[in-house]
Amino acid sequence: MNDTILHIEKVSKYFHDPVEFKVLKEISFGVKKGEFLTMIGKSGSGKSTLLYILSTMDTDYTGKLFIDNQQMTGLSLDQLAKVRNEKIGFVFQFHYLLPEFSCLKNVMIPALKLGKYSVKEIEERAYQKLEILGIEDQATKSASKLSGGQQQRVAIARALINDPKLILGDEPTGNLDSKNSNIVFDIFQDLTQNHGQTIIAVTHDEDFAKKSDRTIEMKDGEIIS
Amino acid sequence: MNINADIAKTYVVTNKKLTAVASLGVILGMSIYIFMNSMLVGFDRSSNTSLFKNTSHIRVYNDDMTSMPLVQDNTHSYLIANPKIVPKTNTIVNPKMVTDIILQQKEVKVASPQVSANVFYNNGKSQLNGITLGIKPDEADQMYSISSTMVEGNFSHLKTNPNGILIGSGIAKKMNLTINDNINLTSSKNINKNFKVVGIFKTNNSTIDKTKCYVNLAAAQQLLMENSSYVTDINVNITNPENAKTVAEKISKLTGYTAEGWKEANETIMAANKMRKIIITFVSLTILIVAGFGIYNILNMTVTQKINEIAILKAMGFTGRDVIRIFVTQALSIGVMGVIGGMIVATLLITILKRVYVGGDIGYFPIDYEIMKFAQGVLIGLVITFLAGYIPAKKASKIDPVAILRD
Repeated sequence: MNDTILHIEKVSKYFHDPVEFKVLKEISFGVKKGEFLTMIGKSGSGKSTLLYILSTMDTDYTGKLFIDNQQMTGLSLDQLAKVRNEKIGFVFQFHYLLPEFSCLKNVMIPALKLGKYSVKEIEERAYQKLEILGIEDQATKSASKLSGGQQQRVAIARALINDPKLILGDEPTGNLDSKNSNIVFDIFQDLTQNHGQTIIAVTHDEDFAKKSDRTIEMKDGEIIS
Repeated sequence: MNINADIAKTYVVTNKKLTAVASLGVILGMSIYIFMNSMLVGFDRSSNTSLFKNTSHIRVYNDDMTSMPLVQDNTHSYLIANPKIVPKTNTIVNPKMVTDIILQQKEVKVASPQVSANVFYNNGKSQLNGITLGIKPDEADQMYSISSTMVEGNFSHLKTNPNGILIGSGIAKKMNLTINDNINLTSSKNINKNFKVVGIFKTNNSTIDKTKCYVNLAAAQQLLMENSSYVTDINVNITNPENAKTVAEKISKLTGYTAEGWKEANETIMAANKMRKIIITFVSLTILIVAGFGIYNILNMTVTQKINEIAILKAMGFTGRDVIRIFVTQALSIGVMGVIGGMIVATLLITILKRVYVGGDIGYFPIDYEIMKFAQGVLIGLVITFLAGYIPAKKASKIDPVAILRD
């Protein structure tokens, strides 16, 4: 159990609107530390729904979710927010940067919320993360002035700032050209191999999935491979 | 700085136009609120000041009583009754003792006996009717500040001259009287008495100036053919005029005479004051609330615009409470800017209006910097901005990040 970062037991979920519909059917699986996992499947297969349950943001399901050997199911919203802040980093299809802030500040926000380090230390760490992603020269620019690829890299830096054990991606390369997709993939691979972080990403990109450590394919709310 | 406050500050600073419009609304609402309420206080004060020039806080007198049948049993049909006012004397018995009792009350500042009489003023062939008040000069001056209204002569001469008289400026003009002229008064008891004019006063209330005069208490008693213990009224001034009613009730119980507070004696003026108060409070509060709607609107818009950002903040571990704090801080920052601006504008408005001369009884526009009203305005302003921020903030805190981020 010790090398498992996340696992779920018999997770099911229903959509009630417009008709009762079982999106996820008693799914159980585990993810090891340092694993680069991708989830693929046609739209409507339930892979995104599953990802948002893993993210702890969706609490409307049956079954059990464990992250870092701690049961998430049944925790209060505030407790879950704290877990997300500390242990989970998010990368979405869109960057969702705060346009009023500089790139550096955007990266710093989750760390400022966590409050584990002083502001000065956080700033240094944010620079380091931007350096890893090769965009430290854009740090002081406003987030809205960057190109799409750069914005996505800032968003990844933001996801990394608190050194999360788990990084969740919802189509992280969905909006990027192949060059930028490759860059993102290389970053992810480096994180899992050299920094011991775990990545779970939902993707449509076949190449991206193929290159990952493990791929889960979903169909009609079940894992088929 | 806390990250929530930091984000709120950035929202305030980067959306300069929205911030400016919202705080301008608060500035206007705030300044009008403080200004109108200060004006209200000024009006009340000026109306009370002019009232207290002729009225004491409490008047103690022996009220006329209606005679009632001695037999209370009205089941017998043969009783013939004709209730009417008894023609008895309306003086206060042993006024010295009554005055002493009143003065023992700790709220009482001055208590002064007074005799009022209807008189005719005669000078040669011309005749006017009016009212004379027999007073003890020092005490009466403390009560009505008569000396401050003197335009000619010297108030203190009334003390030294037992036959001295202070007349209203209207009487002086009509009868062509100046200081040291003689005037003859005829009372309802048909007593004629000559007085020497020692002073002329002007209250700017033309009815009073044309009818009223002050003489020494003893002279008024002589006009009514009465002895020196004849006193019709005892006028009482207390430390806080607002307590007149309760003090009056106490005096009434202690002395057995009717004691009437100034508010009860001037109900029409009080009713007018009350109406003014209701209207001004209503209008000024409405303006402040409208400013609140401005903030509410702008924050609502911000929340809608930034729905994605709120979702990502929540995904990154911000709780609902954090989101509320961000937007309430934003609202309160706008509120504080508006409140400070509003106080400055209100101060300017008051400073300008204070210098406007309106004439008549009032003189300069009766308005002053009312600290209490400033404080009240600030408090209400902040409460309204808090509420105006809290409602959209609550909405923002309820945003479900999954619903926003999934597509």
